[in-house]
Order: sequence, then C-alpha cells, then structure tokens
Amino acid sequence: MNALVQARDLAMTFDVSAPWLNRVMEGKPRQLLHAVDGVSFEIEKGKTLALVGESGCGKSTVARLLVGLYEPARGSLMFDNQDVHAVYKTSESTRLRRRIQMIFQDPYASLNPRWRVEDIVGEPLKEHGLISDAALLRERVAGLLQSVGLSALDGPKYPHQFSGGQRQRISIARALATGPEFLVCDEPTSALDVSVQAQVLNIMKDLQSTLGLTYLFISHNLAVVRHMSDQVGVMYLGRLVELADKQTLFAHPCHPYTRMLMDAIPKLHDTGRARTPVQGEVPNPLNPPSGCAFNPRCPLANDRCRSERPLLREVEGGRVACHAVQEGRV
Amino acid sequence: MTLLQVNHLIVEFPNRHGKLRALDDISFEIAPGEILGVVGESGAGKSLTGAAIVGLLDSPGQIAGGQILLEGQRIDNLPYEQMRHLRGRKIGAIFQDPLTSLNPLYTIGRQLIETIQTHLPVSDKEARARAIALLQDTGIPAAEQRLEHYPHQFSGGMRQRVVIALALAAEPKLIVADEPTTALDVSIQAQIITLLKTICKQRGAAVMLITHDMGVIAETCDRVAVMYAGRIVEMGPVHEVIHHPAHPYTAGLMAAIPDITADHERLHQIDGAMPRLNAIPTGCAFNPRCSQKFARCSTDRPDLMSAGVTLAACWLHASNGHVA
Repeated sequence: MNALVQARDLAMTFDVSAPWLNRVMEGKPRQLLHAVDGVSFEIEKGKTLALVGESGCGKSTVARLLVGLYEPARGSLMFDNQDVHAVYKTSESTRLRRRIQMIFQDPYASLNPRWRVEDIVGEPLKEHGLISDAALLRERVAGLLQSVGLSALDGPKYPHQFSGGQRQRISIARALATGPEFLVCDEPTSALDVSVQAQVLNIMKDLQSTLGLTYLFISHNLAVVRHMSDQVGVMYLGRLVELADKQTLFAHPCHPYTRMLMDAIPKLHDTGRARTPVQGEVPNPLNPPSGCAFNPRCPLANDRCRSERPLLREVEGGRVACHAVQEGRV
Repeated sequence: MTLLQVNHLIVEFPNRHGKLRALDDISFEIAPGEILGVVGESGAGKSLTGAAIVGLLDSPGQIAGGQILLEGQRIDNLPYEQMRHLRGRKIGAIFQDPLTSLNPLYTIGRQLIETIQTHLPVSDKEARARAIALLQDTGIPAAEQRLEHYPHQFSGGMRQRVVIALALAAEPKLIVADEPTTALDVSIQAQIITLLKTICKQRGAAVMLITHDMGVIAETCDRVAVMYAGRIVEMGPVHEVIHHPAHPYTAGLMAAIPDITADHERLHQIDGAMPRLNAIPTGCAFNPRCSQKFARCSTDRPDLMSAGVTLAACWLHASNGHVA
C-alpha cells in the first residue's frame, strides 16, 4: 500500500542576509539559514507521525511546508500520489487544500477575536464553496461544534468567552469543516494545562478513529508524543536523526540525542533522583558544526563524527543517522 | 524554627462589583534549606502566592487578611522602602522569562555589581570579584569576559543562569522561583533544575518552586502543595502526594499526565474547567468536577485535614482525624 503522505528530501532555506546596502558597503556575505535540510518520511492513511525536537530544530517549518505556507527549496511532497506543491500552483489547489488542514499552537492568537464562533467555523465552508444555504450552514456548524464536545448554542459567542481548552476545540472544529483527510497539528496542546490537554488529546484520538484522519503531530513533549503517535521522528538542527515505530523508539532509543531527550525529561516515578544532565546547548543554525550536528554535545563523538555527516540508515525497527550506532559503538 | 510562615493569607482584587478573592486562606511553612513545590493549573493562584511573599502584588490586588512571617518577623505589612531592602537581601526571586527579568540596556556585570552593592557593604573590586564567582558557580564559562556582555548576547539557558546568579547575589535565605524552567527546552531545563537544586543546597537557601510541571516537582522538591481555585487542596511529602494522592483533584491531575514509560489508549480526563473567581461554587470548589462527591461537599467547605501522611482539604478524610 502506498503511503498517503510522502516527503522526499524536503528542505527549506531562509535568507537572513544583511540588507543589500550593508552587503555592498561593508562587504557582508549572504547568509542562508537551513531551517529544514533534507527531511524524508511517509505517513500511512489513518496513522500519526509525530515530530519531536527542541526549539529551532525545524519542526514547525516542516508543518508549514506540508500545508503549503512555504514552498520548499528542494525536495518534493506527495499527497495521495499528487505533487502537492505543483498542484498548489494550479486551479486544482482549492480541492487539495480542502483535504489538508492545520491546527495551530496558540488558541489565543489563531482565532479572530472580532468574529463569532459560528463565523470562524463556517468560514472554510463558505470559502471553499461547500455550503451556500444559510440554514444548512448553521446546521453543519452546530454539528462540527458538537463533534468536538462544544454545544450548538456556543455558535453566537465570541472567542474571549471561552477557556484555552475550549478555544483549541474551536480550532479543531474549524480544521474539520472542509472534511479533511490529513491534519497538521503544530503543538496543539502546548499552551494548555494538563487536565485540559487530556481532554483535547482524547478528542483528537476519538476523531481520528471515527473519521479515519491522518495526523502529523508536532510536539516537544515526548510523553504526549508517546500517547498520540504510531511513528516518531526526532529532529535536530533541521534534520531527522531518528525515525522509528513508537514501540521501538521508546523501548530502544538508538540515537544519542534521542536518549538524551528521554533522560532529560523529569519523571514522576523517580522522586528526588540526582542526575547529570547533558551539557551544552543547541548550536547556532547559521553556523552548524561540521559533521554530525550533535557532535559537540555527544558523549560518543569521534573524529569521523566531527568531519563526516551521518545519513539516515535503516536499523532494526527504524532509521538512525549516527556513525556510532552504525559502527556498533553504542 | 521555620524560615517562612504563611498564616491564613487572603488576597483580594476589588472591582466594580465587589471583591474577587484570588487567594483564600492559604497557610504553609518552609523550613531552612527545604524545597517546597507549589503546583496547580493556570489561575489556581500559584504565582499570586509567590508575588504576595516577595511583596510584588500588582495593584489593585491586596492582602486582605492573614500574615506572612520571615524568620518570625511580619513582612506583609512592611512599608515599600523596607520591603525593597528585604527583597534581594533576604528573599531572592526568579521569574519565568529570563529576558524580561534583565535590563537590556546594561551589561550583566553592571546589573550584578549593582545588586551586590545595594545589599552588601563591599568595595567595587570586591563586588566585581563576587560577581565573577557567582557566574562561575552558576556554570557560565569565561565568566570574566561575560561580565561585559549584554543580556541579548546570552542564550535562554545562559540568561536564566544569570538570573539565578542575580537572585543569589546577596545570599538570601529564601528563593521564590516562579516557573524558572517553563520557557526553556527540556535539555536546558534539566541543567537549570540541577543547578538550582545543588546551588541552593550548598548555600543552605530554602526554595519555593512554583511550577505547573509535576515532573519538575517530583525531581526537585521535598514537599509539595497542590493548589486549586485559590486554595491549597493537598500538601505533603512529594513521594506521597504523587504516588498516593489523597485529594480527588490531585489524583485526577496525576492521571491526566501522559506517561512516557507506558502506553494508554485514553488519558484520564477531569471534565469541565477550573471555576472563575466570580463563580466559585459553595462548599468544596472542586465538587462540580469531582467523581466522589457527596451531600456535604456542596454545602461545607473543607479545610486541610490529616489524610494519612499528607494533608488534604477533602471531606472523604473527615473521619480520619481532626481538622489541622
């Protein structure tokens, strides 16, 4: 079976050079920031791929590439065997956009405060010309609100009348309006409290099983990722360092960065445990280290790691980009 | 001898329609060298408790009742100037966002030296040496050169180290840390927590650690207080509260946290949301969301009472003993 979403060697570069005049007068060079640098993955229909990583690793850029907010500098993205970015340029684009929707991180910023909830949720329906009759539209919006656990009576209210968790449900209802098959969720619960996060995650799981949705789920929280995903990709400085089944990844994390992330998370079970955290910080993406980007922080780094960039290679249960793993030095 | 004692603290916000009670009858104490965690969801009153202790309540919020004692002295009714002197000298504060806690126009050396000289009678040279030592203690490499740098030249984790150095500058007895790691990535969070824990232990400073992250509490604290709707609903040793929660809210909160070591089909969810301050239910504030409620819960408000090893504000434990 073919995967619903296939990304091949996706890359995104941002030009962060000094202004033209400074470049001419002061001889400053052009500077390119490789936010995403060759990311490949597949997501099968009805499954969830989660991307994890720390700030600045390129997770959100991948999300924006997928929904067409950015155009990739290199590589291709296939959705249901169509080249997404080629289709986005043609008249067919609205039909494709209908099938791919996005949920954003901050429910306080992603809803227009001057619009009523029924207008927010109904807009995609009008925009895509799916429903023009006012009574039918109201009915459909009521149905969408009910599907995310809100009441049909909430329609005439404004976003400020809702709590954070309820707002995120409104975002989900809006994303579901066009009947999409693929949802890109960029940190959907990071702004929420744990008890509310549990409510939203449960709704997302229920919707996935009833509607057969496919998710790309982006989060920095490994516990949430474990709960939501089927497959997990770990990103570091714009590249995938490990991609594996959830079970494999959490049982046997291979890449030293994945292990570090898992070890760094404070756990409820070991109260008062002393530990030695990994030193150092994520390097500046404008000036990444040579070889493996993780080598300055890696306890297993050797000369090869400092000079040669490791590629994502098959190992048992997944793919890992690490010389130490491939040489069996772990 | 307790270091900090908070007795029946009430904080209110007057408005057109009357008064909103944001903190209602908060009592706890912190022993010297102890780390007390304060945990709860947004709006529970965690940060407000911290702000009341350091004397930085935003107007129109005001202390409407109760006392705060530091080393046996009342500090809740001190005039502004005296409180200003106390802050920094006896109580250090660390806030969530390290970028807004530092002045972007001054080098961090100047900020550190100014803080040291405000509180301690030392010469310029001594103050500078102390500043360098503080930066070294908080794990900042090349401390001497870094003194000349501005906050924007530091990364988020390094900035939070500077803020910790500032809080410790005058060797306070108590540090109030309000979400010190929330703005940081997990690997940096681990570094900062370890630093905070070791450096406070070395100097014998007590810490009140305010956070919404149960994992951080589990790893760092000796005791924990769980807050809900402006009240402490459970308080006790960290291990007990996490593994044998006595209050249904604590139990629900613990079950709602996704587990990184095991798979679950569904997460436990507490339906509903925390009540707004103008609509706190009578009786126990948690009763509309509680699965174990009975008649008394919606009429009488429970105070903290003994529930085995911990204290819980829940009528389920009323038969176990007297009201604490």
